This record gives sequence, C-alpha cells and structure tokens, in this order.
Amino acid sequence: MIQSLALARTSEATRESARTPARPSAAPDRPKMRAEALRAHFGKTEVLKGITLPVESTTVTAIIGPSGCGKSTFIRCLNRMHEVVSGARVAGKVLLDLQDIYAPDVDPVRVRRRVGMVFQKPNPFPTMTIRENVLAGLKLNGLRPKDTEELVERALRQVALWDEVKDVLSRSGTSLSGGQQQRLCIARSLALEPEVLLMDEPCSALDPIATARVEELIHELRERYTIVIVTHNMQQAARVADFTAFFYLGELVEYDRTDVIFTRPSEKKTEDYITGRFG
Amino acid sequence: MALLGAEVNAGDVLFRGVAALFAITIVLVLGAMAIQMWVAARPSIAHSGWRFIVGRDWDPVRDSFGALPFIYGTLVSSLLALGIAVPISLGVAVFLTELAPPWLRSPVSFLVELLAAVPSVIYGLWGIFALAPFLRNHLEPFLGKTLGFLPLFQGPHQGFGMLAGGIILAIMITPTISSVSREVLRAVPDSLREGALALGSTRWEALRHTILPYARSGIVGAIILGLGRALGETMAITMVIGNRTDISVSLFAPGYTMASVIANEFTEATGDVYLGALAEIGLLLFAVTLILNVVARLLVWRVGRAPEGARG
Amino acid sequence: MKERYSQRKLVDAAVRGLCLLATGAALIPLGLVLYYVTSRGIGGLDWAFFTELPKPVGEAGGGMANALLGTLELVGLACLFGIPPGVLAGVYLAEFGQHRFAKLVRFSADVMSGVPSITIGIFVYTLIVLRTKSFSAYAGGVALAVLMLPTVTRTTEELLRLVPESLREAALGLGVPKWRATLSVVLRTAAPGIATGIMLAIARVAGETAPLLFTAFNNAFWPTGLAQPTASLPVQIYTYAVSPYDDWHQKAWAAALVLIGMVLILNVAARVLVRHRVRSR
Repeated sequence: MIQSLALARTSEATRESARTPARPSAAPDRPKMRAEALRAHFGKTEVLKGITLPVESTTVTAIIGPSGCGKSTFIRCLNRMHEVVSGARVAGKVLLDLQDIYAPDVDPVRVRRRVGMVFQKPNPFPTMTIRENVLAGLKLNGLRPKDTEELVERALRQVALWDEVKDVLSRSGTSLSGGQQQRLCIARSLALEPEVLLMDEPCSALDPIATARVEELIHELRERYTIVIVTHNMQQAARVADFTAFFYLGELVEYDRTDVIFTRPSEKKTEDYITGRFG
Repeated sequence: MALLGAEVNAGDVLFRGVAALFAITIVLVLGAMAIQMWVAARPSIAHSGWRFIVGRDWDPVRDSFGALPFIYGTLVSSLLALGIAVPISLGVAVFLTELAPPWLRSPVSFLVELLAAVPSVIYGLWGIFALAPFLRNHLEPFLGKTLGFLPLFQGPHQGFGMLAGGIILAIMITPTISSVSREVLRAVPDSLREGALALGSTRWEALRHTILPYARSGIVGAIILGLGRALGETMAITMVIGNRTDISVSLFAPGYTMASVIANEFTEATGDVYLGALAEIGLLLFAVTLILNVVARLLVWRVGRAPEGARG
Repeated sequence: MKERYSQRKLVDAAVRGLCLLATGAALIPLGLVLYYVTSRGIGGLDWAFFTELPKPVGEAGGGMANALLGTLELVGLACLFGIPPGVLAGVYLAEFGQHRFAKLVRFSADVMSGVPSITIGIFVYTLIVLRTKSFSAYAGGVALAVLMLPTVTRTTEELLRLVPESLREAALGLGVPKWRATLSVVLRTAAPGIATGIMLAIARVAGETAPLLFTAFNNAFWPTGLAQPTASLPVQIYTYAVSPYDDWHQKAWAAALVLIGMVLILNVAARVLVRHRVRSR
C-alpha cells in the first residue's frame, strides 16, 4: 500500500526528479548482478567477447553502443534468454546475488522469474484480456494469487496505466496503443515481483510521447527494482540511467557513472560514439 | 527463491520427449506400412515371381495371378485423367493467380477446394447414375462417329469403362493439380512478373516467357502429385470402370485398376497366396505413389527455394 | 508494328478466355454432383431414414440409423487416435524441429499424405484385423486416424510457425517453463487455425470408404461395441449403389445427401472460422 502511495506522486514531481542528477555511485556493498568474462556465440560467430560488468542494486544501468555491438545479446544473457535461440551458446559467469546462474544445476526458468524482461516490441498475449495479461506470469507459473483484482490494479498503477484501462480490463491486450501495450508488458513483468528488470530497447517501437511515459516509469521503478536497459538512443541513456556501459563489437569499452560517460569519457571510442562521430 | 531445482525442467524434458515420441510415430507408421505390406505380399512374390507383373491371367481359383490387366487399367485411366485434368487445372491456376479480379479469387478457390472435399464414393454414385448413362447415350456415340477411325473409340457403347474412369479421376485430381500449381505460381517473385509487364508484355506473354519457365519444375511436381492421387484412387473408379480383367485398346471397353481389385476381392480372398497377390498389388501401389510423392515434393520444393533470378 | 500488336492482344484475350473456360469446366462437375445428390436424395430423407435399421433385401422402408451412428463412432475414434498425436508431432516439428530427425518426420508426413487410402486399409487389416480376428470399429478408427495424421501434423506445424517468436519470448521471459509456454500461449494463439485444419481433415476422413472396407467392414444392425464390425455411411452408399435394387439406390442418394451435407458444413464452418479470425486481427 505504501508502495502504491509512493508511486501515486504527481507527474510534476516525477519530472522534477527526472531532472535531478543521477544518484552518486554510493559504492553498494555488492552488486545485484555481475557478469564475469561472459562470452556468447551464435553458431560460430562470437558476439560477446568476454564481458565483465557489475549491475548495482536498485539503480538503472544503461547499455549503449552501435547496432551489432552485442548489447541485446548481453542482457539476454542476464536471464538466460540468449540460449532460447537455436545455435546460441554462452560461456563465462553471471552472478545473481553471488550465485552463478549458468552453474550446471541452475534452472533457467527460475532465473527468469527473478530477472524479468521487457522486449523491443510490445508483445502482449493476443488471446488474453488486459487483466489476464497482467496475471499471465502468475497463472502460467501455476500460482493462484488470492486477491487478483488488487494485484492487477497495483501492477497497472505501477506502470501508470490503471486510469487509462480500468474500465476496459476485459478487452484484448492487443486492442491498446503501442505505448499502452508496452506498459502493459512491463506491468505483466512486475506482477511477478522480479528483483531485476531487463529492458531491451523498450521504446524503439514507440512514439515520443509514449517514450516519455515509459522513461518516467523507469525512473519510478528504480526505487524498487534493479533495471538494466539497452538503448540505441544516447539521450535516453543520459536521461534514465545511473550507470552506463558502452559496448563496441562485442566488447565492453567503458563503464562508469552516466554523467561521467557523457561528460568525461576516458576512452577515445566512447567519446567518438557519444559525440556522434560513428555508429 | 532458490535458483536450484530441476523439477520445472523435468516438465520440459518430459514434454519434449512425449512430442518427439509422437513425431517418431509418424516415421514408424510409414515404416511399418512398408514392412507389413511386404510381409503380406511375400507368399505371392514367392509364388508368382516376375510373372506377376507381366502375366495377363488373373484366376484365383487356379492360383494364377497375373496383374498386368490391373496395371494397364491403372496406367491408362490415370494418364487419360491427366490428359483431361492438366490443361483444365493449369487454366484454373493461372486464372486464380494471374487473371481473376481479387474479389472473385477466394470464392472460386473455395469452390475448387470443395471439389476435393466431395467424398470419392459420391463421385462414384454420380458416375453410375449420371455420368455413365450420359457417356453411353451421348458422348460415346458422338466420339464413335467423329473419331471412330481411331481404335481408341471403337466398340460397343457401354458407359462403364476406361473413359468413364478417366473422366471421374480427372474431376477428382483437378483440385490437387490446380491448388499445388497455384501455390507454385504464387511463389514466383512478383518482381519477375512486374519486370515482364513493364517491358510491354501482355499478361499471356509474361506468363509464357517468364512465369511458366520459372515455375516449370513446380508445375511438373503438381502434375506428378495429381498422378499419384489418380493411381491410388479407389472407390469412384471402382464404381464406373466396369471391373473386367481384359486389356482392350478401346476407351469404351471396361477395365480394371489395381486399387479396384483390392477393394473388390480383398475380403473374399482365401489362402495366403491370393491374399498375398492382393497385398502385392497394394505394395506396388504403395511403392509407386511413394516414389512419385518424393519426386513431386522435391520439384515443388525447388521452386519455393529457388533464389531470385536463378533460373528462367 | 500495329498489326502485330493487335495480334498479340488477340492471343492474350484468347488465353484469358481459355482460362476462364477451364475454371468453368472444373466447376461444372461440382454443380452437377450437388444437383444430382440434392434432387435425388431429398426424397429419401424421412424420419425412418434417421431412426431405423436397414431392411433386408426386397423389403421396402427402413433407414440408415446404424450407419449414421457408425460414421460418428468411426470419426470419433479417428479423432481420438489421430488428433492428439498429430498435434503433438506438429508441436515437436515447430518447437524443437531443427534437426535431421525432424526433417525425416516432416518428409514422412508429406509422403504419408500421398499414400493411397486403400493401402492404408490393407495395412490396418494386417495390423489389427488379422490379429484380433475380427473387423471392428477400432480398426476402422485407426485406419482413418492414419489418414488424418499427416494432415494434422503439418497443419499444426505450419500454424505454430506463424505464431510470432516474440510471444514465445514473452512467456519464457516471465519464467514460464517451455512446455507451459507452448501449450498455454503458443498453441492457444494458433488454436483457431489448427481447429480449421482439423475440421478439414475430419471432413475428408468422414467421407472415406476404401480404408473402411476391410477394417470396419459393415453391419446391418445397431453397433453393440467398438470391437464389432461397424456400418458407416460411405460403405453403405457403396453397397447400395452397386446393388440392383431401386429402393437401395434411392437410399444411397439420401445417404449421399446427408454425407455431403456433413462435409459441406465442416468445410464452410472451417472457412468462417478462418475469416472470423482474420477480421478480429
């Protein structure tokens, strides 16, 4: 309840907080996740060439880089979605609360329940209503939540979609606009209460207004969740992220606080990229 | 929540296993079919040897099994059916892909599909009571008068015979040939079509010089699939072909097909050799249709796969 | 130049005309068959046709209630034996089928769909009838199921492939096990299309005669069990059509009308289902 009160702040306040500088890297005791020497392959092509990168708890980490740099592959490795594609392989470690999710006895299904994912294109389930979409993660996992109505409302409020859809909850999820669909998909992930939320270019299929809504949302969500967002839009990274990692050709070129990356990058390549000299 | 725990994965493993089991069932059924037929046919293969295929005498009472009349009847009726059905089917396919206005395409193709949906036995019923009398009273006398100098159109007008069989088969394989040809024509890249039209070709010229050459192997595949269907078709042709083990040049004369003799005699066959002889006919049909299907699918598949501009 | 152009136009028009003619020629038999079946069959449809057993040769009256029931029985068994394996095999091909083994399965299914139905009859005869020493509804159901299997498998596979990859990912990303995602999301999304394919397959086997001749055989009485020889509409139509009795011919036409009605309804319903689905997108 407190949570939803906290989230019911006026959008004015939200925009205010969006302008405040990213939180300092208050050296948390340990990162929520950590990739160690992570390598990923598609068939014979190596798309990630040994990435070591921390993901700090309850912060937003942005992954930027030109297309083909492996940024999408990287976050798909963080919840073992990469291996879903045939011919895809992963080597190295990814620690979630210090436990390697690629250890042989780990069930990828359980990893994905703790590390949720939002995809490039909104993908609500077309055979389900809006309400069913929100509950899909629970239902499909065989969970029978007690108070579904409250759960649906809470999840939809978290993504600021409640007021728009509360009267049409029984309509198909695909009847919504693109931006609404994407927020519905985020709500669907949040209903499972993941610890980490991975967002793979969540705004690339959205118009500017819908993009702004999702960015606001990310800002609010980082109070509770650890978020990793892949984006090809550098302004977006600058707006929403606390930390930014720059990938190039499957390698991590630079990782630092967002303000540092965008104002005083230490690598030449990073500087070239953020000043628009390539990519 | 712990990350460990294999029980969810066990569900996946089980699911995949069950699905794979049913997938392999298909292969096994096909294999079992071949083996069963061969085992059932073995007494006849041992008894008749090559005479089975070249012998003209089919007399179960004297244990004499020559299947040539059936093979002949099957081939002639099927080829006759192809002769009628191929031009019509190609006309339908071209009409539906290249010529018909869009609003007409889906109702017409639905009707053509319905042609395939009518049960074989109903074509047979119609053949007995409508087609055969029409042939006997009108078409055969007409053909006899105009083309009677050909041995093909000589002899008494009976209605039931090779001609009736061929026509019924033609009706039944038209939907097969036309729908596969339509798919093949649709797989022809639009750029080819537009390229030809842009050069000032008429529709027909575009079709003849660019589209058909490109689609040729696929259309041959469609025809072979139609042939496969005609060879194995049973009920309708059994009801109209006359079922007589004679080999006659005339299309008016009754004949017999491989599928028909199985349908007519299988439940009455006594003794291993007789049953084996019928099973051997079934085995031959099985083998021939199997080969035709493999060839046809490879041909059709090639059109879909051909890189743009690679041929034609 | 102009001369030649008009000649080309003429050829083009002639070919168009021929194609139109061919389409007409292809559809004439359909019209004739429907006309004959309706006009000759409608008179034979009375209450007795649907409720009574056939009368012995020479006696007028009677009906085909046992054959109607038998057809429903056989088609039901065929669905039971044919649909679940077919759908699961299709799921395998679409969701796990990247290996050489899947190619073999796909190829077998394609080849199997071209096997003459009469040879399937022989196969099931040697497999079941010879072993159980009796014609039976089971044997007939299996024969029809073998006939359905490749169609159901390939339809399921093709329709599952049309389900966007993003939906699979959405479900897996929610931590849903693959089996659950496949059944509850992927299969459910493709369900209307698969149902259409299955309905067409049912329509096809409902009218099959050849594979039943020596599996389900025939029976002049009420079906008493699935292990008994069982009458069916198509076999009954065949038996009556080749008989010398006018009354039986009349019954054959009536039965043909019922059978074609069933087949048409299934076809049209399948069509409507597809159209409805397209429109709701």
